[in-house]
Amino acid sequence: MASASQGNSPTAGQIARQITVSEKTPAASEKETSVRFEISDLNFYYGSKQAVFGLNLKIPKNKVTALIGPSGCGKSTFLRTLNRMNETIRNTRVVGKILLDGQDILQIDVVKLRRRVGMVFQRPNPFPKSIYDNVAYGLRINGYSGRLNDLVEHSLKRAALWDEVKDALHKSAFALSGGQQQRLCIARALAVDPEVLLMDEPCSALDPVTTAKIEELMFQLKDSCTMAIVTHNMQQAARASDFTAFMLDGKLIEHNETSQLFTTPQDPRTEAYITGRFG
Amino acid sequence: MSQARLIWRRVLNALMLTLTGVAAFGVVSILFLILGYLIWNGGRSLNWDFLTHLPKPVGESGGGMANAIVGSLKLLFLAAVLGLPVGLLAGVYLAEFGGKVFTFVIRYTTDLLNGVPSIVIGIFAYSLAVLPVKHFSAFAGGVALGIMVIPITVRSTEEFLRAVPGTLREGAMALGASQWRTIATVVLPAASGGIITGMLLSLARVAGETAPLLFTAFSNRYWSQGWAQPIASLPVMIYTYAIAPYDDWHRQAWAAGLILLGLVLLANVGCRLVLSRKGMTRSV
Amino acid sequence: MAHVITLVFAAGILLITSLLVYELWVNSHLSRAKFGWGFFWTQTWDPIFDHFGALPFIYGTVVTSIVSLLIAVPLGLAAAIFLAELAPRQLSDGVAFLIDLLAAVPSVIYGLLGIFVVVPLVRTVIGPALKMVLGGLPIFKGPNYGVGFLTAGIVLAIMVVPFIISVSREVLLTVPRDQREAALALGATRWESTWRVVVPWARTGIMGSIFLALARALGETMAVTMVIGNNPKISASLFAPGYTIAAVIANEFTEATGDVYLSALIELGLVLFLLTFILNGLARLLIVATERGGGHLT
Repeated sequence: MASASQGNSPTAGQIARQITVSEKTPAASEKETSVRFEISDLNFYYGSKQAVFGLNLKIPKNKVTALIGPSGCGKSTFLRTLNRMNETIRNTRVVGKILLDGQDILQIDVVKLRRRVGMVFQRPNPFPKSIYDNVAYGLRINGYSGRLNDLVEHSLKRAALWDEVKDALHKSAFALSGGQQQRLCIARALAVDPEVLLMDEPCSALDPVTTAKIEELMFQLKDSCTMAIVTHNMQQAARASDFTAFMLDGKLIEHNETSQLFTTPQDPRTEAYITGRFG
Repeated sequence: MSQARLIWRRVLNALMLTLTGVAAFGVVSILFLILGYLIWNGGRSLNWDFLTHLPKPVGESGGGMANAIVGSLKLLFLAAVLGLPVGLLAGVYLAEFGGKVFTFVIRYTTDLLNGVPSIVIGIFAYSLAVLPVKHFSAFAGGVALGIMVIPITVRSTEEFLRAVPGTLREGAMALGASQWRTIATVVLPAASGGIITGMLLSLARVAGETAPLLFTAFSNRYWSQGWAQPIASLPVMIYTYAIAPYDDWHRQAWAAGLILLGLVLLANVGCRLVLSRKGMTRSV
Repeated sequence: MAHVITLVFAAGILLITSLLVYELWVNSHLSRAKFGWGFFWTQTWDPIFDHFGALPFIYGTVVTSIVSLLIAVPLGLAAAIFLAELAPRQLSDGVAFLIDLLAAVPSVIYGLLGIFVVVPLVRTVIGPALKMVLGGLPIFKGPNYGVGFLTAGIVLAIMVVPFIISVSREVLLTVPRDQREAALALGATRWESTWRVVVPWARTGIMGSIFLALARALGETMAVTMVIGNNPKISASLFAPGYTIAAVIANEFTEATGDVYLSALIELGLVLFLLTFILNGLARLLIVATERGGGHLT
């Protein structure tokens, strides 16, 4: 059935039923996994157009949950509701409940929420500042004082970027390559020590080598950080995640442990998608 | 299609190409003509005396325009203090906060203000700052120029703020920055180059304005103390000297014109080069 | 919080502009009350008997503006066409840059050159030439001292031509490539495709640039007052001295003894404001219309 993966070198063009999956064993650990996010009956509207329909999902703590589905199925929209980023767009409406550790996120101050729930975007978006100032930004605005240097170094190490930039911290972030910039954005997000990291197709603009580095990162981070990643790349979802949720037309079709979903999908639409029949 | 007609069309084509080119270069050469005249006529009269001495009594030759140079600087300072903050903050409002209707109204009004002839702004400043106290003052001149600075600053601030990519804003907000924090620590710094050059260009524009000063700041043949006295300025001196019957004053007018134009062009060339190197379009 | 502060400043612009109109209106009250609508077709300008009429200044403003447009529009349009259609892009950008600098030259400097260069030119070269060729026309009759409507028109033309070039060039550049290419593919020469296809497409925007230039010309003060002769008389000849609204305000505001005198000048300011307001509004409409729909507004 599913074989444990040896090392993390990415290979392209694997057939669905033979996709290697992550090492975590099912059954036993699932019952121990507590829930970080609990989403109940979520509906989302852009103006009069509904984009998410009655979504129910539990995102487990300290695990990587992948959101997959064809373009326009609502996965990015859904992801952005988790840190209330959709509120920056005019005329949007959220109906339903989203609980973070049992607390309704609408009751939490949005600034505090976003410190606890960080986000990495599709295209790297470093600020036009130095590498150091990028990482320190979140710390500074949240009022951290004191040992900024140590915290910056720690975040850059967590993002596996420290060795490459430690002698050039005051250079502009734009001097970095695309892959480095994305890792910088991850470091920046990690600097405020979030409990959850939301990643919206973080590797879509990156080459395979960098993608592998970032997936390795995710593996190392999940012990301290819950992660939810939207991805177009099914192999990535299979490689890097513990749980996978498949969405279609704004609805959640299936959600299961990754190994289960990719080997024995319950819903015919899931099977059609992962075997490449559409999307 | 006869051969003759074809030849005629070709000739016309060449003719028009030439004529339009002549027009374009003709217009450009005017710029160099102006500079040439100013350098030729004004350069000779530019000396240390001119820059450091006060004007001599009417009819006597010699003297300088030190008070006018300082006066212009004082007026520009006041215009900057009064007008730039209004322009900047209003521009921030339009780019970051505005609702649809109100933004349209403000933008329309700003364009309207921009199109008001400077002499009418002078009348306005007169009624605000001169009429109540019944005397001319540097302050009134600063008010007039400050009002003129506002529309240009608003437009360039708004334009450069809008040019900052949305993804930068999202990056900051996702880290927990409030909207105001995002603007102050990420968006404004990112747009600062363009905004500052826009401000400098607006100051360069009002530095050369004469009409609004004629009955606000008026003029002064001596040093002006504080802000409540009439004050000399380069443009007004140029005007006064140019229309007077004294040759010596004409020479001084050329020299002053050279200084004024030199500074204005320097500011314009500098700012526009900076803007084009940033690859940004400019609205000023 | 920041929302409120910036809103206050933005609203401040509304306040300033409204206040401007208000002050103009209120301070011109005496004159409006005394002269009513007759102000606009009265020729006398008599400070001694407090009898004021705007006609000479309206006449002067209109005449100088028309003369300036007659010179500036063909010149400006030709240059804009050259820059947008016929010149290579780098040359076009470079020249456009220089022309923007021309637009930044202060009015008083144009006035300087007006007095010492254009006036002698009109007196010794242009005037006699015109008289020789077209001396029969009433607009070229009469003594020529160098100052007057023609000189002011010439100086104004030089001042507004950069605006016509700049705006027309931008408008022409927005005409879609395939329009040009369609014409060329049919065998048109460069000039023909430009003149018969591209320019008509952009004609609304070009009209807009002309309105903009006109609005600028109307409000021009210093350069005009230095070369127009400052005489509140209506004359048929372009060589005669005249007066414009902006010029009389500039010259006589500080000399205005008496409240009615001042009020009349302020009423003139109000007139000028309204004229430029309407013209600028129309200009923007036309320019926006071109950018949206390509010259289909007639």
